[in-house]
Amino acid sequence: MREITLSQAVNEALAEEMRRDETVFIIGEDVAEAGTPFKVLSGLVEEFGTARVVDTPIAEPGFMGIAVGAAMTGTRPVVDLMFGDFIFLIMDQLCNQAAKTHYMSGGKLNVPLVLRTNMGATRRSAAQHSQSLHALVAHIPGLKVAMPSSAYEAKGLMKTAIRDNNPVVIFEDKRMYNDKAPVPEEEYLIPFGVANIKRTGTDITLIGTSSMVQVCEKAAEILALEGISAEVIDPRTIVPLDEATLLASARKTSRVIVVDEGHQSYGVTGEIASRINEKAFYYLDAPVLRMGAMDVPIPFSPALEDITVPTPEGVAAKARMLVAGEMIDAA
Amino acid sequence: MSNPKTNSEDYLRMYRQMVRIRTFEDNANQLYLSAKMPGLTHMYSGEEAVAVGICEALKITDKITSTHRGHGHCVAKGANLKEMFCELLGKEEGYCRGKGGSMHIADQSNGNLGANAIVGGSMGIATGAAFSAKLLGKDDVTVCFFGDGATAQGLMYEVMNMAALWHLPVIYACENNGYSEYTKTEEIAAGSITARAEAFGIEAHQVDGQDVLAVNALTTDLVARARKGEGPFFIELMTYRYHGHHVGDINREYYRTKAEEKDWKENRDPIIRFRAHLITEGLATEAEIEAMNAEITADAEAAVAYALNAKYPDASEVDMHVFTDVKHALA
Repeated sequence: MREITLSQAVNEALAEEMRRDETVFIIGEDVAEAGTPFKVLSGLVEEFGTARVVDTPIAEPGFMGIAVGAAMTGTRPVVDLMFGDFIFLIMDQLCNQAAKTHYMSGGKLNVPLVLRTNMGATRRSAAQHSQSLHALVAHIPGLKVAMPSSAYEAKGLMKTAIRDNNPVVIFEDKRMYNDKAPVPEEEYLIPFGVANIKRTGTDITLIGTSSMVQVCEKAAEILALEGISAEVIDPRTIVPLDEATLLASARKTSRVIVVDEGHQSYGVTGEIASRINEKAFYYLDAPVLRMGAMDVPIPFSPALEDITVPTPEGVAAKARMLVAGEMIDAA
Repeated sequence: MSNPKTNSEDYLRMYRQMVRIRTFEDNANQLYLSAKMPGLTHMYSGEEAVAVGICEALKITDKITSTHRGHGHCVAKGANLKEMFCELLGKEEGYCRGKGGSMHIADQSNGNLGANAIVGGSMGIATGAAFSAKLLGKDDVTVCFFGDGATAQGLMYEVMNMAALWHLPVIYACENNGYSEYTKTEEIAAGSITARAEAFGIEAHQVDGQDVLAVNALTTDLVARARKGEGPFFIELMTYRYHGHHVGDINREYYRTKAEEKDWKENRDPIIRFRAHLITEGLATEAEIEAMNAEITADAEAAVAYALNAKYPDASEVDMHVFTDVKHALA
């Protein structure tokens, strides 16, 4: 199978959906000729024109609000938010307007929009261009949240998101834009709420999101050399969450670590760990562990930044302790 | 330019709509004072000529966005009093199945995209509806209602900038009732409100919001021009709210005098003024006006009685309409 980058996969998904449905349009800063700073959208304005690949002023609440109104009236906007950190700027339009409109109207109004944005540290971009803020969005009822872990997921989840009649937020890890993965030439969609078991194992379950899936896979390779069999699961969407697959794995292996790049406190790791504790407690041989980003603003210095996010070695070390029956801090 | 309302049938409908709004509000206020209505509501009384003058210039497919003080917009755009009272009382037959209440009434069937409880929160939505119309090649116009208080929100300037850049068919209708909640407008608004729109190259008008014919004539002209791609436009409508910020704001002499309220009610009331005009011009007799008023009073009272006896939504509704494609989000 051919291999393309995550960036190309997103571009292909958008182009295919824009050809299929002329109500789909892209709106955001420097999305047209510039194709975004990450060049994810290169070539789209040439095919679809400036009426459907719409450059905006630097006014995130404004273009997000316009997208909400456009989605309510017969079009399907794909909003490009240049950095995930800017989500704080659009919170009212996303969380008070887009997320609640269907409910507040008793089901009469729909907001079929996609918000594309990114996440991920270690690009030396400091505290306002490096955050992973998906937990904030996942906290708000009415929003779906997808977290592609490779080019394959990025394409299939994007196509599903565009066809969804609800607001969907997709977080792409910006370090993965140039990572290649096998992506079929023929059309495919990835349904929301269906986790992917990336690697089967029997001793411990490693649940990872976005780029943390690769971290978990590398940790599993390290552990395999030591005779520890780790299962790696990618939920692919955190709203809806495929709880059944996660619980089945937890019941099978009896040990779980949840790895996510959002800040550890009050985050995705805590939510998933808690659900496993509530629904698989009697199958567990060890406390479910959380591994998120350190609870500090992302520092600029490489010497500091690199230690704020989970690494394969770090995950393997915790897994080793769990399997050995060392209860870590839970004694 | 299309014609503003000229024949007696149109005039009588405008009068009827203004009285329906006033009567709706008088009943809503009584429901609050007699503790039959959950929560609070914001009265539109005094501002009727604004909503009616504008909405009578619109087609059913034209869109409006409304505000927390939105009952007048909803009635003027064509809503039924029965479904509105049901919504105010949280009943299943309300426009939003009781899920929105006074501050979120939406009436999709008549092009009302909803009231908004965030001051200025719908400016993006209105601009987006206009964006949609342009992208889809429809000639629909959107009117964005907001108060003078909302002119302090940054979102307004972001979307007016884009609306002007893209020549969107949107009319920003600023209902200047002199008060931003409990504060005089002059204390929160520097300079001229219309000049702010003019700074973006948007044609702006100020009109007497107590004169339904003046409002209707101006709006009819601007709507016709917006349909031809000459938008956006801005209107500042000088008006007055008879009640406090909300129904519970009763002792308000610390921010405005009773003499000022009396002056507006006795000398500038839009319904009294228009009624006198109808009589003077021989378009209706006193007896016909009184008969119309009595019919509206009876209709409103019947709607209130119906709503008071209507059912609440079943508890199973609580997790419905969170997402379009999931019947019960928590099932």
